[in-house]
Amino acid sequence: MSFRKGSVAAHVVMGLLAIYFLLPFWWLLVAATKDNTGLFQSASLWFSDFHLIDNLRILFEQDGGVYLTWLRNSAFYAVISGVGATAISALAGYAFAKLRFPGRNALFALLLGLIMVPATALVLPTYLLMSQANLVDTIWAVILPSLLNPFGVYLLRVYVHDSIPDEMLEAARIDGAGEFRVFTSVALPAMKPALVTVLLFSMVASWNNFFLPLVMLSDDQLYPLTVGLRAWYMSAIMGNGGAATFSVIVTGALVAIVPLIVAFLMLQRYWRGGLTIGSVK
Amino acid sequence: MTEVQTSPAAAPAAAGPSAKTGTQRSARVKEAATGWLFALPFTVLLVAFLLLPMAYAFKISLYRSTLIEGEVFAWFDNYKQAIDDPLVREGVVRVLIFGLLQTPVMIGIALVAALLIDAATSKFSRFFRLAAFVPYAVPVVIGTLMWGFLYSDSIGPFAWTGIDFTSSDTVLASLGNIVTWQWAGYNMIVLYAALQGLPRDVYESARIDGASEVQIALRIKTPMISSALVLATLFTIMGTLQFFTEPLILQPLNPGAITQHYTPNVYAYNQAFSFQQYNYSAAISFLLGAVVFIGSYIFLFATRKRSALR
Repeated sequence: MSFRKGSVAAHVVMGLLAIYFLLPFWWLLVAATKDNTGLFQSASLWFSDFHLIDNLRILFEQDGGVYLTWLRNSAFYAVISGVGATAISALAGYAFAKLRFPGRNALFALLLGLIMVPATALVLPTYLLMSQANLVDTIWAVILPSLLNPFGVYLLRVYVHDSIPDEMLEAARIDGAGEFRVFTSVALPAMKPALVTVLLFSMVASWNNFFLPLVMLSDDQLYPLTVGLRAWYMSAIMGNGGAATFSVIVTGALVAIVPLIVAFLMLQRYWRGGLTIGSVK
Repeated sequence: MTEVQTSPAAAPAAAGPSAKTGTQRSARVKEAATGWLFALPFTVLLVAFLLLPMAYAFKISLYRSTLIEGEVFAWFDNYKQAIDDPLVREGVVRVLIFGLLQTPVMIGIALVAALLIDAATSKFSRFFRLAAFVPYAVPVVIGTLMWGFLYSDSIGPFAWTGIDFTSSDTVLASLGNIVTWQWAGYNMIVLYAALQGLPRDVYESARIDGASEVQIALRIKTPMISSALVLATLFTIMGTLQFFTEPLILQPLNPGAITQHYTPNVYAYNQAFSFQQYNYSAAISFLLGAVVFIGSYIFLFATRKRSALR
């Protein structure tokens, strides 16, 4: 009896919290179906005249179709940085776990020592160094720093260490496989679940990245979505002439998070896997 | 062809055990070479985008740029200036207040949510787990933009309350709400994972002794995940010390309330990119980075038995 009462109370609390977490999404979804007048004049949490298709058309035509460029840039940066960072982390993680080479322990200690350096503190000096190398305002200024993923290396080292027995690698060596072959045909397939997690996290980190591209890029044709939408938002609030209207920005925000939410729902297992591997047990 | 066939056969006969160690040694050299080759791309990146920028930031933070003499070595003058700068202090005090108020609220929500999904096994609790975690999947920029609209007195759903969410009195709380919304679900999953790792039979014996579910949650489960709780709290505080994106995005809503020196990182950013004070900016970010870095390690060292960084 008291358990049932408790269970009702528990569900009420969960219900209220769920409203809190989901309300902004509901608002965004509803707002994206309104034109700018509807946005200002209708009740904000319910539908009025349906203008989603118009909004999408205007969104992709605004400023010469620059939104599509931003979308493509975000996807491009995420894929290149994600795949690159995962490949580099896989090689290094495997080497740290399974190959004996001089300096290995020192290098790994250095990695552990630097894993806590806050990324925000590095943006300014990286910008200054990049500008000396004439790389500022190019795609490389965004992609190259994103290839470094010390936490991914750490995670893969732990995973390889715990889940791939030495005998498995030794057997492949005795069969005559070279070191690289052992890595690609024995170790890599066994690392797959951890690789997916690292790939997912580094792609999302790149898709969400803001500070680095904000500082590195001034050509709006190179902007990722985050920097581009913020630029639109700034001009809309300042009331600049010809600026994107709020309804366009709202629609742009919705289009930007839909792929993430779809990916999130489909790959939940790996998200949670990554969090639990990476945190306290 | 005959040579190839004879030499391996002949060698052991001639040299016995030393040939065996020879092949072992060559295998070891090969392994070491492969190891270096595999670790090389990562090492290059580590040097280029972590060690080098750190060293460079430290170097330029020791210089001052003057009109007459150009760059002048100035020892720790920039650091002295940063520590004495009332605008830096204001930002530091603000992020500390923010951390002390927002963190317990968010970790509290995360803990309640984690305890609820750990205890309830209904369909709704699985749905809830997802709902709470979704905001984490949204880029911080877009989450902040969304809340910027929700706070609006013309198009937001809370306009009827008449509250000005971006006045200088309320804006810190409004920013705190954005961070809570975005990160509570993440912390919930971390705490939930810790709860799932606890031995279930303890609850069974407590239940037999007549403990209620609430008592089990508060008196048994919560103390047992205390190290995960402390870790989540400290990481959140480290994050709030670096507070940057949310205030920068909401700044145009009320530049008088969200100033150019609102947080230390916003200040460092503006010093560098609005005023070209790179040396001073480097000193501020180096100082902030050092505080976060040292804080994280003292903390990880203190709790190292329980943490993943062994």
